[in-house]
Amino acid sequence: MAKGIIRAKAKAKNGNTSVKIMAKHDMETGNRKDKKGNKIPAKFIQTMVVAYNGKTVMEAHLGTAVSKNPYLAFTFEGGAKGDQLEITWTENTGTSSTETAKVR
Amino acid sequence: MISRRSVLKAVFTGGAIAGLGVMMPRIALAAWNATAFETDSQDAAMDAMYDSAPAASADVNLKAPDIAENGAVVPVTVSSGLAGVKSIAVFVEGNPQPLAAQFFIPAGTKAQASCRIRMGKTSAVTAVVETASGTFSASKEVKVTIGGCGG
Repeated sequence: MAKGIIRAKAKAKNGNTSVKIMAKHDMETGNRKDKKGNKIPAKFIQTMVVAYNGKTVMEAHLGTAVSKNPYLAFTFEGGAKGDQLEITWTENTGTSSTETAKVR
Repeated sequence: MISRRSVLKAVFTGGAIAGLGVMMPRIALAAWNATAFETDSQDAAMDAMYDSAPAASADVNLKAPDIAENGAVVPVTVSSGLAGVKSIAVFVEGNPQPLAAQFFIPAGTKAQASCRIRMGKTSAVTAVVETASGTFSASKEVKVTIGGCGG
């Protein structure tokens, strides 16, 4: 699989699972210019879908105003230690990948 | 023996399986709303997303700093005590594209989301919570001392 850009921490506690996700990504807005004054093309993560046991627990749509190395945190009901989360991200360029993380 | 050919073959099959994995969980709740994300007006973005203009509500909690030292990374947390929350969106009025992010909350997930946003200049940050019974918002002025766009 492609080199992972996602670092995720999921922790099950009292029947809820809290998830923290950090993706290593520049989130280029398309508004910046390089030293020669040419616009740097936009390249950012558009969608991030987190699935647990095949069920989507969070779907985030991101715009260019999300900071570099986007961070995302949320909590869902259920989840147990050792279970797996599937995180799928898609860039505006069409590149996408699925990475997994274990609930601890 | 590990020949170049067998290594390449393994890489390609691995890639194909990874590709399948990508296709599987793509039961997206909604398509990425290009109109809303690319517009330079907050009102136009809201129009493209919601049926009605959001009403200010005390049940929407927006947590953002009063002064952001670094506009490139502004931590924002939105939570809501409202029932049946469908989505949470964050807008930054002064940005070139005001819509920063939208989170779709399926049943079973808490109506809370945190993320970090970019802010080009001091402006109002608005959180909009969409529920089955309408849209509600909360907003807060965040001062930015260093711009996050350009740099």
